[in-house]
Amino acid sequence: MTFVRPTFRHPDAPKNALGYTKKFYEGALSTLCAGCGHDSVSGAIIQSCFEMAVEPHRVAKLSGIGCSSKTPTYFLANSHGFNSVHGRMPSVATGAYLANRDLMYIGVSGDGDSASIGMGQFVHAIRRNLNITYIIMNNGCYGLTKGQDSATADVGSINKSGAANMYNAIDMVGLALELGASFIARSFSGDKEQLIPLIKAAMSHPGFALIDVVSPCVTFNNNVGSTKSYDYTREHIEATAALDFVPIMEEITTEYNEGDSVAVQLHDGSTIYLNKLAKDFNPRDRHSAVNKLYEAKASGEILTGLIYIDPDGRDLHSILHTSTTPLNALEKAVLCPGSMVLDGINAGLR
Amino acid sequence: MPQSKVNDFVIRFANVNGTGSASANDMFAKAIFRMGIPVSPKNIFPSNIQGLPTWYEVRVSEKGYLGRREGVDIMLSVNPQSMPKDITNVKPGGYFLYDSTKELYKDFIRDDIHYIGIPMMQMCMDKFADPRQRQLLKNMVYVGALSALLDIELEVLHGIIQQKFKGKEKLITANYEAMDMGIQYVHANFKYPLEHRVERRDKVKDWIMMDGNSACGLGAVYAGATVLAWYPITPSTSLADAFGKYAKKLRVDPETGRNNFAIVQAEDELAAIGVVIGANWNGARSFTATSGPGVSLMSEFLGLAYFAEIPTVLVDVQRGGPSTGMPTRTQQSDILLAAYASHGDTKQVLLFPSTPAECFSMMADAFDLAERLQTPVLVMTDLDLGMNENMSPPLVWDDRRVYDRGKVLTSEELEASAERFGRYLDVDGDGITYRTIPGTHPTKGSFFTRGTSRDEYAVYTEEGPAYVRNMDRLVKKWETAKQYVPGPEFYQKEKQSAFGMLFFGTTTYAAIEAQDLLAEQGITLDAMRVKAFPFNDEVQKFIDAHQRVFVVEQNRDAQFKSLLVNELGINPTKLTSILNYDGFPITADVIRQKIFQSLVGKLNPAFAEHEVGEPNLSEVSE
Ligand SMILES: Cc1ncc(C[n+]2csc(CCOP(=O)(O)OP(=O)(O)O)c2C)c(N)n1
Ligand code: SF4
Ligand SMILES: [Mg+2]
Repeated sequence: MTFVRPTFRHPDAPKNALGYTKKFYEGALSTLCAGCGHDSVSGAIIQSCFEMAVEPHRVAKLSGIGCSSKTPTYFLANSHGFNSVHGRMPSVATGAYLANRDLMYIGVSGDGDSASIGMGQFVHAIRRNLNITYIIMNNGCYGLTKGQDSATADVGSINKSGAANMYNAIDMVGLALELGASFIARSFSGDKEQLIPLIKAAMSHPGFALIDVVSPCVTFNNNVGSTKSYDYTREHIEATAALDFVPIMEEITTEYNEGDSVAVQLHDGSTIYLNKLAKDFNPRDRHSAVNKLYEAKASGEILTGLIYIDPDGRDLHSILHTSTTPLNALEKAVLCPGSMVLDGINAGLR
Repeated sequence: MPQSKVNDFVIRFANVNGTGSASANDMFAKAIFRMGIPVSPKNIFPSNIQGLPTWYEVRVSEKGYLGRREGVDIMLSVNPQSMPKDITNVKPGGYFLYDSTKELYKDFIRDDIHYIGIPMMQMCMDKFADPRQRQLLKNMVYVGALSALLDIELEVLHGIIQQKFKGKEKLITANYEAMDMGIQYVHANFKYPLEHRVERRDKVKDWIMMDGNSACGLGAVYAGATVLAWYPITPSTSLADAFGKYAKKLRVDPETGRNNFAIVQAEDELAAIGVVIGANWNGARSFTATSGPGVSLMSEFLGLAYFAEIPTVLVDVQRGGPSTGMPTRTQQSDILLAAYASHGDTKQVLLFPSTPAECFSMMADAFDLAERLQTPVLVMTDLDLGMNENMSPPLVWDDRRVYDRGKVLTSEELEASAERFGRYLDVDGDGITYRTIPGTHPTKGSFFTRGTSRDEYAVYTEEGPAYVRNMDRLVKKWETAKQYVPGPEFYQKEKQSAFGMLFFGTTTYAAIEAQDLLAEQGITLDAMRVKAFPFNDEVQKFIDAHQRVFVVEQNRDAQFKSLLVNELGINPTKLTSILNYDGFPITADVIRQKIFQSLVGKLNPAFAEHEVGEPNLSEVSE
């Protein structure tokens, strides 16, 4: 736990396009354990929003319950936040999104929150293609209730108490692929280079964007024998590609090698560049993504990076054909049919 | 003198589920309604899609009593499966109408009732070629026969058919023909009309016939609800359907064709209420409709909405519990579940409509209250109100009515304020604090919503005093709520009686009839219908002003009485419960009998429980 944060900021601290410094994107002081992967993910969210020059008050951050779900307090102090109930953030986010399609939604969940108690809601949020950046801080355990194995713990993985997990793991990325999610990525809390462009791309994606982030629990699941420890993850990480996210209007400065690069253009005009692409891998092809995932699994690797993207999916509001004005901004004049219409309805009921 | 049976009888239709009888039966009831005679039809149906028996019971009442009445005067039976039981249910002297295509078993013959056999199926086989049509038109044969037997005006029935099948001339003709076969058969073979019959009156005024679920759905449209999230469950499903139907008619932008509403059929009730909470938190009026099992599942979230103070509207169309209970029967048995929904110290605001007109208006009240009080409001209807076409005063909407969005700070207000925004700071002293909607202001008014304890500024805290301050403020808000919720309605004779009767929701119909019946027996009772929880002071005053109060409700455990005792500190011996929980709507006769025996008679000691001393007859017959 870091209790002290330096309040002094350099007067020349860089500002983003809106004129805000990074500090403007921070939140309250974290109360998580020192070294907890979740804090690094919060840091990546702050960095991404700062660099993207997001208006914080146009973001709503939602979570369930868990150490991971506490993190929205630790970023974007000027955004409304909602720490809901265990496993049910997807439904609350669905309602919030239906009410106002113009805000950006960041959902934070844990592996317990999403893969166990909230599995039903997770699955259905994908099915509806809710427009949200959905980050699972995946530590293979229930941090907040003191380290029980979660459903994403690999079979045979050893937790702090020394017991080996007996059950098969649920792979949230594999599941999301199966369910038809339109943006699927995996990353590691210790790899900001990869995580930040992924978060930016996810925020730009108009639909359900899953980032399953391996985010080690230093207190309960960082021991030798755990497959969600820092060391194990570093040793087994494999990336689909090196990632660059170029927002709209920004100039491309890097040279890309045509042979092993792809560019994916998003609806808002921004572009994701994937370099040093893995062999036989096409992130726009679900088959290819599934194959790659299985290959990695078979060879004991943790596949990270952008795994699948369909930039053209129809999100929930398009499916429901709702008004382009946010529903929460409609006035009584539009909403209420009035007494004359009611007279007609009454007449029809006689 | 034998009582007149003109405009005063009960007819029951015994049908097979899924044979199209519902539409014919509705026409029958509608015709009587259009003749200006009060009528109250009730569906008695199984939890099944096709094949099992279903009944449709219509009470015709010159006096305008709309509650259920025991005893069937006329049974219309087209269901061989339920026939033996249906025959036993006919009152002595009553009539049994049946399809005589097949001969009646000898065992089915009672000598104290009349039999009217009409070969409905045979006639349809001879007349119509299409098998499905035969089945449907058979229903119209009996409607025709009944019109002759009961003196229902043919032009009225024709009018209904024309309206229903507008533009489908062939169907109209076929329906006319089927009806006519029934009429001709009666004319040729029986004495008509029966002594049970109808006669045109002018007693329904400008009233309408509507099911409560449709009224709630339409009410939500008028109330400005934009998001509905729900999970299918009888008897609330048709409420969600109705919202969808009316929204498609009334809420689609004429220019863009886009919907000014969103409906999500959620994966379960937990998700449904989660969506509702998320949408309301984000400033859209949102609601869900469910029944008891759904409320059980929603209870964790209801606690969040109570504690985090998020407006939420839920309609509980109650059915028979516990568990899956009697899913297609009515009860008022979710009262305590709803009033104290969720763990910890929680109390929820409840509304109790008793007519479709109130279903409609109370939806608007529910949204206003939910936003004014920033808390869940549960509209407690039941299957009887929700799924039957109830006669009701017309729906009323005052165009001057504004939506009460409660204490929501605008961007300008935030900008102008120099103070730090305290989401849970009681600025006005009424326990209700100010909220902000996400996205309002770049630097002011953001806060963190959570189900954990926090201070006045929405900052997480486990400090005892801060927690207690917050919990006590919620009590203050609860007190404030009493002045906002609708007060009770009184049914008072001129002189005050020592005895009172208290009820709510659909029990009202039978209760006010029982009040009249008891008055005929010399027992006057003052009556009060409660419309909301928390109970306002008038409820307390009524109880205090009476020596004894009968609490009439439709559940086994006297839940409403418990709520009164618990919340108002009333001596339980002062309240006598009149209960009904067999799944059928309570009848006036049951209430009359139980109250009469409790006050006067010792005929059946079972009825005299909770007796306080000897009944004082001088008080009774004042
Ligand atoms: C209904 C309910 N059941 C149980 C809990 C207790 N609980 C709190 S957090 C948690 C697990 C959190 O695990 P995860 O989502 O992986 O988050 P982490 O702490 O590991 O980041 C549990 C079981 C709860 N809050 N609510
Ligand atoms: S218990 Fe684990 S997950 Fe929770 S804060 Fe500590 S390190 Fe992070
Ligand atoms: Mg976890």
